[in-house]
Amino acid sequence: MTIRWVELVIFALLFALVTGLGFYAARWKSVGALNHLDEWGLGGRRFGSWITWFLIGGDLYTAYTFVAVPALMFGAGAMGFFALPYTVLVYPLVFLPLVRLWSVSRVHGYVTPADFVAGRYGSDILALLVAITGIVATMPYIALQLAGLEAVLRTMGLNGSGLAGHLPLFVAFVILALYTYQSGLRAPALIAFVKDTLIYLVIIAAVVILPAKLGGWGTIFDAADAKFTATKTPADGLLLGANNQLQYVTLALGSALALFLYPHAVTGALASRSRNVIKRNMVALPAYSLLLGLLALLGYAAIAAHTKPLVNAATGRPDSNTVIPVLFEGQFSSWFAGVAFAAIGIGALVPAAIMSIAAANLWTRNIYKAYLRRDATTEQECKQAKIASLVVKFGAVAFIVFVDPQYAIDLQLIGGVIILQTLPMVAIALYTRWFHVWGLVAGWVAGMAWGLVLLNGIPNPATGRQHFGGSALALNKLSLLGWHPFGGSPMQTYVGFVALIGNLVVAALVTLVARRLHIFNGTDETTSADYHEDEGSPRLRPVATNLLR
Amino acid sequence: MRGWNLLLLVPLLALVTPVFNRDEPRLLGFPLFYWVQFLFIPLGVVCVAVVYLKTGDRR
Repeated sequence: MTIRWVELVIFALLFALVTGLGFYAARWKSVGALNHLDEWGLGGRRFGSWITWFLIGGDLYTAYTFVAVPALMFGAGAMGFFALPYTVLVYPLVFLPLVRLWSVSRVHGYVTPADFVAGRYGSDILALLVAITGIVATMPYIALQLAGLEAVLRTMGLNGSGLAGHLPLFVAFVILALYTYQSGLRAPALIAFVKDTLIYLVIIAAVVILPAKLGGWGTIFDAADAKFTATKTPADGLLLGANNQLQYVTLALGSALALFLYPHAVTGALASRSRNVIKRNMVALPAYSLLLGLLALLGYAAIAAHTKPLVNAATGRPDSNTVIPVLFEGQFSSWFAGVAFAAIGIGALVPAAIMSIAAANLWTRNIYKAYLRRDATTEQECKQAKIASLVVKFGAVAFIVFVDPQYAIDLQLIGGVIILQTLPMVAIALYTRWFHVWGLVAGWVAGMAWGLVLLNGIPNPATGRQHFGGSALALNKLSLLGWHPFGGSPMQTYVGFVALIGNLVVAALVTLVARRLHIFNGTDETTSADYHEDEGSPRLRPVATNLLR
Repeated sequence: MRGWNLLLLVPLLALVTPVFNRDEPRLLGFPLFYWVQFLFIPLGVVCVAVVYLKTGDRR
């Protein structure tokens, strides 16, 4: 395959532009030194509505989403559309808890969700569990951003085999690592403007032009229907089947509940200036959901255009993630395809940067400072976080280079299941301390263990894998100590959801026992007023830079 | 005032898939399953916006 120069040049130009922005970001809106975690890790905690909209939008709707969701629609049909109800549900669900988290975090200076848990329960162990879960769930997510970036690079002809084949990805990531190190959260915030503008431009053009070229949406849906009807498997289809409807619903709801438990989502919210900034964004962010829904349907457009996914020269297998890049390559002029590739590529950089910052914050605040150096100064804390962000990013590159990318997808699947297990500790704790510390610990252990056991038992007939083949659990496989409550039912459900229910039941039972035995339930440093304080309140902890002025 | 918060539960109706899991009637070529779910985006926005406007702490 030859190198596509026009696309590559446009890609390189736009990549150079955001690199410049990334380094410039250190000085953008900066009033103090960048050596405090509030500054480096949360952008000074004063982003307004617009910046937050671009930042969270750029953070949640990742390159991987833009590549993988249409790929899933291309392969499985209606099931892939779960991304739409998922992103519709998430904002009404988190609207109230998120502003509570913002307020309590500003009053006490919390940087991570684990900081909140430590303060709420006075328990370093609970905070450690939240921090570890967050880091483990985030790492494969970063690796997946790389997979999205690499899908684009390979489509442009940089499809080398072996280690050299990964070189372009490596170069892109060294640059990203450097400006994130220097500018912190301001870099992805500024780049997000470019990323989202490009993405909107490309998607809107694509959903107008492609149907016109392919004979209208009706023809596209009919082509998809014909393809799914022709296959033997009942798992795909233009509509949901009898067995995957519950899976669709629980996956959408479970994913919506999990999204704002991810550290990078919390980081985006805590960087905002006030409660109203968050509330306005809960109203405005669904604009991205519309985009995602339309983009998902391009998976069907790819079917109608007879798109064939590229064979990845490093693994020797067709890479379904290349469906959208290949579709653009075939249907659009070279320069527009170049813009589209840049949009996806830059789309990978923004979330990768925010995720690595969020993971670095967790490491620094809840492991380094809580266990390794309790007397660390704010400067040492910030230095540690910067280094941690480098380690996290290079860990992700190593993952893509040395391990089959398929494992990144499996791990991300596991990540969604395990991050959901922190819901009682973080989201429920925002409202009530009814659950006992040890109930939460026991629930977490139960939810994690059960979730992993269930995932381990799911085969994937399509790829011939015996374990971790997907997140859809057939109900008849569900066993409670040998008892099969849904014996004979082939209906599928989302593992994360099942594990969460187990988690809550165990947490409640242990809580009842612990209360009966009068076991100490930790000290709560928050008061109920803390959850309602807003911008301008004298009770807010001053942000580091305000101290310098 | 807090009763308005119940509006946040309305978008959960998007989970009642058996109601709209069919092809006909189509709208602009979109099967029912798809266009109904697209309609839930503005519905969700309206619900959240009303709660934002009706429940205090705006300054």
